[in-house]
Amino acid sequence: MSMWLFYLERLIQAFPFFLKGLWMTVAVSGLSLILGTLLGFAAGIARASRVKVLGFLLFAYVDFMRGTPFLVQVFIVFFILPEWGLHLSAFKAATVSLTFYAGAYICEIVSGGISAVPPGQMEAAKASGLTWVQRMRYVIMPQAMKTILPPLVGQYVLLIKDSSVVSVIGVTDVTRVGWFTVQRIPEGLMVFGLVGLLYFVVCYPLIRVSNALEKKLRTDSHGL
Amino acid sequence: MLEAFNFRVLFDYLPLFLRGLWATAWISAVSLVGALVVGIAACGGRLSRFPMLSRCAGAYIEAIRSTPLLAQIYFLYFGLPTLGFRLPEYQTGILALSLNSGAYMAEIIRAGVLSVSRGQIEAGLAFGLSYFQRMRYIVLPQALGITIPPLLGQAIVLVKDSALLSLISVFELTRAGQIITSERFMPAEGFFTTALLYLGVYYALKAFSSWWQKRLIYVQAI
Repeated sequence: MSMWLFYLERLIQAFPFFLKGLWMTVAVSGLSLILGTLLGFAAGIARASRVKVLGFLLFAYVDFMRGTPFLVQVFIVFFILPEWGLHLSAFKAATVSLTFYAGAYICEIVSGGISAVPPGQMEAAKASGLTWVQRMRYVIMPQAMKTILPPLVGQYVLLIKDSSVVSVIGVTDVTRVGWFTVQRIPEGLMVFGLVGLLYFVVCYPLIRVSNALEKKLRTDSHGL
Repeated sequence: MLEAFNFRVLFDYLPLFLRGLWATAWISAVSLVGALVVGIAACGGRLSRFPMLSRCAGAYIEAIRSTPLLAQIYFLYFGLPTLGFRLPEYQTGILALSLNSGAYMAEIIRAGVLSVSRGQIEAGLAFGLSYFQRMRYIVLPQALGITIPPLLGQAIVLVKDSALLSLISVFELTRAGQIITSERFMPAEGFFTTALLYLGVYYALKAFSSWWQKRLIYVQAI
């Protein structure tokens, strides 16, 4: 019991490192979240508008990202790109792999949301003489966002959780700090309990937001 | 890039990859069964009339869903020995996967059970059916139909998640890719082959899922 208290004290001393790790987790997932959202929206709109040349490429990209484990994708970016002359630091490799990973799922969410908009809306917008950009900006996207938003926030939660995997290529995020700490403080439950708690603090509010959005937007659409 | 791809090495390491694929398959299958058991239990707890039980199951589900699987794997891998349980790595891995997927499955099953309308259950009550009879003959047959497709989706996630077990030195498909990388320093051969095999499993499960869905629509139409 005294041993346990001793380790708890040392864990509290190590707490600043955990906060640094949490900052790294937030930084790497925040950056990939922004880039992945841009990529996902571009790809999703292209997919929904049936750009022929891109069709097959997008299909292959999304299927590859969805059909293989994220860990394998991280290894591909980190170990294989250098062989082709593209050297990335651990942080950059992590951002690249997380961005492409999230982009594929967001592409699916966005193209799904756009195709959920009744086709009559697009036809009416065309008949009104709006350009493609205007149709997208003022008619399609505002309606599609209702279906897109809740799963999008859910995807952000998945992104933050999956960012723990990049700890294996040397990004010092919370998970890696925990992995280092457990070598010196051999109380796995305590150390990874703390790691879990820190993720919980970030993810749980987002899950609640996603649920609330789903409820709110669902009741909204009944009024339409 | 492709001219540098060494197919001879692939041929040498083929048995390793096949053993890895087999390991991934059985680890996923066992974890899937475990996850179903955990999921049904957690869902039962969540929907129970006892607030204590319902709250505990809810806390478990939220805790799992708000933390990464890798942290959960490490939690068990480094944590169980301090409690005096020295399990082999693959048992720890299967336990972690079952507990993780179980929480997601509990939510899927709950959505299915709640989708059965209240009137059906009341009708069952009026007929004097017991709780188990109502579950067995009224709720589950209807709930199952809509839960199977998302459950298969979760199974696909489970197979991909099992890759993380390679990090606690369980031998499976991703580990095979790591072995070829460290022994021959050929990451392209190792990880592209690994990715391709995962894609194969993914397409097989997806095909099975859509076949099942078609069959389901057909059955419901009758």
